[in-house]
Amino acid sequence: MPQSYLSIEGIRKSFGSFTALEPIHIEIPRNEFVCLLGPSGCGKTTLLRMIAGLETPDIGRMLVEGRDITSLPSAKRNVGFMFQSYALFPNLTVAQNVAYGLREKKMSKPQIQSKVEEVLNMVDLLSSAKKYPAQLSGGQQQRVALARAIALSPDFLLLDEPLSALDAKVREKLRLEIRRLHEQLGMTTIMVTHDQEEALTMADTVVVMNNAKVIQSGMPEDIYERPNSRFVADFIGAVNFLEASDGREALAIRPEHVRISPIHEPGSYEARIESLEFRGSFYRVTMLVQGPSSRYFPNGIMADVNRSIVKQYQLEKNRRVYVQLPEEHLIHFGPTRPERLEVVG
Amino acid sequence: MRPAKWHTALTLKRRNGSLFERLAMLLLLAGLSVMILLPLFSLFSKAVTNKQGEYNGLDNFIDYFSTPALLNSLQHTVYVSLLTAVLSVFLGFLFAYALTRTNIPGKMFFKTVSLLMLFAPTMMVGIGLTYLFGNQGLITTGFFDALPLHWDIGLYGPTGIVIAEVLYTFPQACLILVVSLSFSDFNLYEAAKTMGAGKGRIFLTVTIPSVKYGLISSFFVCFTLAFTDFGAPQVVGGGYNVLATEIYKQVIGQQNMGMGATVGIILTLPAILAFIVDRFVTSRQHAVSARAVPYRITANRKRDGVFLSLCLIMAGMILLLIGTVFAASVIKIWPYNLAFSLKHYDFSKVAGGSLQPFWTSLRMSAWTALIGTVVTFVGAYLIEKTKTFPVLRQAGYFLSILPLALPGIVLGLSYIFFFNKESNPMHGIYGTIWILVLANIAHFYSVAFVTATSALKKLDREIETASDSLGVPRYKTLLRVTIPLCLPAVLEMAMYFFINSMVTVSAVMFLYAADLKLASVSIVNMEDAGDIAPAAAMSALIVLTNIGIRLLYEAITHQIKKRTHAWQTREH
Repeated sequence: MPQSYLSIEGIRKSFGSFTALEPIHIEIPRNEFVCLLGPSGCGKTTLLRMIAGLETPDIGRMLVEGRDITSLPSAKRNVGFMFQSYALFPNLTVAQNVAYGLREKKMSKPQIQSKVEEVLNMVDLLSSAKKYPAQLSGGQQQRVALARAIALSPDFLLLDEPLSALDAKVREKLRLEIRRLHEQLGMTTIMVTHDQEEALTMADTVVVMNNAKVIQSGMPEDIYERPNSRFVADFIGAVNFLEASDGREALAIRPEHVRISPIHEPGSYEARIESLEFRGSFYRVTMLVQGPSSRYFPNGIMADVNRSIVKQYQLEKNRRVYVQLPEEHLIHFGPTRPERLEVVG
Repeated sequence: MRPAKWHTALTLKRRNGSLFERLAMLLLLAGLSVMILLPLFSLFSKAVTNKQGEYNGLDNFIDYFSTPALLNSLQHTVYVSLLTAVLSVFLGFLFAYALTRTNIPGKMFFKTVSLLMLFAPTMMVGIGLTYLFGNQGLITTGFFDALPLHWDIGLYGPTGIVIAEVLYTFPQACLILVVSLSFSDFNLYEAAKTMGAGKGRIFLTVTIPSVKYGLISSFFVCFTLAFTDFGAPQVVGGGYNVLATEIYKQVIGQQNMGMGATVGIILTLPAILAFIVDRFVTSRQHAVSARAVPYRITANRKRDGVFLSLCLIMAGMILLLIGTVFAASVIKIWPYNLAFSLKHYDFSKVAGGSLQPFWTSLRMSAWTALIGTVVTFVGAYLIEKTKTFPVLRQAGYFLSILPLALPGIVLGLSYIFFFNKESNPMHGIYGTIWILVLANIAHFYSVAFVTATSALKKLDREIETASDSLGVPRYKTLLRVTIPLCLPAVLEMAMYFFINSMVTVSAVMFLYAADLKLASVSIVNMEDAGDIAPAAAMSALIVLTNIGIRLLYEAITHQIKKRTHAWQTREH
């Protein structure tokens, strides 16, 4: 475990009777890219705003390198914050927006100018310096907001749903751009998102939150492969749940790990294809398990199947197939190893 | 870890905004209390004292309700106000419908004409009616016997009051209903049509429900305006007593302050009711859905013809009225010598005395516009954009919209009781121009406050937090970003303060000192003394000034729009 740079110790926040955050503990190493991921209302934005100093926790404290910053005002925290709405000042030009915070520092005019040019260059917007925000596209405005946030060379770059207002193509491009800036400038970046794909592709560490609590945190691969709860498994990617029979714990498996075969093999379940959904490089096949084992799969079972295999086995609606769930890919929630699944029939 | 108590104190401090913001908030509340709350309190305590200044409980109210002459004024007021409200809303709706739902030509012209009445003191409406329908009136005498037709409508009394109040309140109803009618969802009309509903049914099931709240709101606005108006009944009321003129008689005529205060409280009741209804209506009036489609006006010549003639009649009435006042002010002796003359603009020989009242009004209105705009904007900013003590903010909001429920005459009366007390440390402003400025700011505070608040609400909620995160003090962001963005609203507020201060008479008629007579008050005095032509001349001066201010406002706004074009246009 790398040494902690930002420590969040028992931070709690409520607004009236609504609890936005249960006491939360998180350790974030320096130069890490962290994504706070969760459904809306889970408290992730509140946490981000608290790190920025825009909200004050009810109890608990925040440390940066052991220094208590809990009651430090936002201006003294050296954070760059990018708002979901961008919060660009509409009556100021792009360059004036970026220079807005710089003018408060003891910097000469030429210093400010060169800094503005430097960051605008970084986000590839130098040519738009004299334009007003309303004259730019959504993606460009987003980059101005990014430039303004990094202009003060912050220790922390805090991003609140930075990509949610953009269309898919622009979003993909900006993902790379934010990641590049993060690496180039060596900041510690914390990003709030409700988009699991965004979190998985961009973050070093994903912190999954729900109902004002941290549910799980870890590397994207770990979170995806070994979710610690039904909630995380379901929230991140598609998943099949296997209903627990007496005394056994609940299990799950990702659809890409489900294997389909036209012939019966030991340990496989008989199933009937309900639908085939074309997804580009693969088909998502939904099946209903037949016989007594069907009670494990009340919602049926999904498998992601290569196009070539669909062709080879001539899979189609109502076709009878045999499904295998490789043990090494079974996700189990909790400390005990699962027993072997008993195949009935 | 820090001791818990210390930590809580720090948290509390941060949550309640900066020291500066908290001080400003407290100052605002203190100011609003002095301006509104404490004078009202004086009024209430005055209402429960007798002529000797001794506490007498509800005796004044019992007195009021057992004196037929006094009770009469209440019945009269309710009668004329109800009639006014019904007629104004009806006409306002037709006019607004013509402007928003038909293809009549000259919409700009009609809109402008309907707004003209807002630039005139209500006495002027009465004066105009006198010239048209009075004993020597143009229409009463059949154009000075040029026509064989003589038509005496019996102006003085309820007829005159209702006509005057309708002309005065109808533009307000029209303004509200134009807004209501503009927010509609054409999808509903098409849905109704595809289901086979006829025009009448669509009107009753789609149009009327969509403007329901506008209708209720404009009804109460018109009712309250007529209920509390002093100018029109003073000029064309004849012997017909209404509450506002009754207060004037009690206070100025009989020096019966206790009864004046009592009548004042009764005068406030419908305004408070209107205030509550308006709050209720505002909370119910949700925005039209984002998917709503604006109304598309279909071609229909017959409909346009009907509405055009209607608008022409109404606009003609307004223009005729204003035109008559202007004409009368430059005619030598109405109706005997119709030669052109500016002698009525020389006020030295009449009850008003000189042109001084006009200059005093200008000075007072300018100060009201300047100070009122700054105070109101800062007040709205503190309440809308800071996190200072939620409870205090709530209280501040309440005090800011409370003046909506206060008739000017009641405010003026409260001010005498409050500021005339020797024990009041602010007694010094009594008899100066500053008490007039203060009364006007209080009187017109709410509308300006709502203008400022809605402009601030339109801004990005995060402007202040963005400023925090960039390490820039908030006052700098207020000056550099928020105020420039709100400049159109700021100008609108200033214009509103100015124009209303020029025309108002109700709040200031108890408060002016002998050497600080105002233009609007001098109209009342001149008219009272029978100097009607000079009164018309003074009215004309006020209207011309206000039109000038409005044109100035339009010109500046146009310039600003041009300059800030780049902020507003979206190219994508």
